[in-house]
Amino acid sequence: MKENWWKILASVLVLYSLAGGLLIEVPALPILHESIRNLYYHVPMWFAMILLYLISVIYSIKYLASGKTNHDLIAVECVNTGVIFCFLGLASGMLWANITWGDFWPNDPKLNGSAISTLMYLAYLVLRNSVDEEQKRAKISAVYNIFAFPVMIVLLFILPRMTDSLHPGNGGNPGFGGYDLDNNMKLVFYPAVIGWILMGTWIMNIRYRLRKLENIENSI
Amino acid sequence: MKKILSILALIFTFIQARSQDVDMATGMRSSGKIYVVVAVIGVIFLGLVMYLFSIDRRVKKLEKKD
Repeated sequence: MKENWWKILASVLVLYSLAGGLLIEVPALPILHESIRNLYYHVPMWFAMILLYLISVIYSIKYLASGKTNHDLIAVECVNTGVIFCFLGLASGMLWANITWGDFWPNDPKLNGSAISTLMYLAYLVLRNSVDEEQKRAKISAVYNIFAFPVMIVLLFILPRMTDSLHPGNGGNPGFGGYDLDNNMKLVFYPAVIGWILMGTWIMNIRYRLRKLENIENSI
Repeated sequence: MKKILSILALIFTFIQARSQDVDMATGMRSSGKIYVVVAVIGVIFLGLVMYLFSIDRRVKKLEKKD
């Protein structure tokens, strides 16, 4: 149980954010109204995804340096779990966009960037499956992953900032932090982000261990 | 556990005690039905967490076997 403390922490933080997100006072803003609470649920999905992709790229670099199969397995399971969070983020974002921006998919650079980066990571998974030989697969996909990560960062965080975007913190829009993310909201938002990141890491950890077992089984 | 819950409830009501003027779901809050929603979400999430823990244990068992 001792090594499980962070899993319990993750559950407590997310549970706190689920309850606090509905109960704690939020700033009353036009257009957003109560939907501002989506910040506690929609945004942490993306944070969890980005952290998983970051772990993935770190282990891809480690794999190229060490050649250890386990590093490659961590990299791929990070992307597998990250893609799930990505789709949860996309779906929740579309619902939120529909009531605040009037369309499920408004033509917004951040949305289009996220669509491209999603396809990029799906291509990573397809690329892996298309190579039969194990070492070749690991090496090629590690190199691809190292290129994909910075492109994802550019698509999600740099390009939307340079043009007009509906997302707060992009283009001419002030960030949520600017005036409407008050201290009450931070009290829920930060624990939610940390909690969901830990949840994502936990799921990734289970998937990695299963894949390691499968790998041992296959090599016998 | 009960102590923690009551402290949390205290924090929530403390933070909640502020006025608002833009159209918000105050009716749901004043009738107290929002707590039912929170309880339902909490039950679902706790169930999923316990399920995740049980999967974790099963993987651990497999790892020990090897």
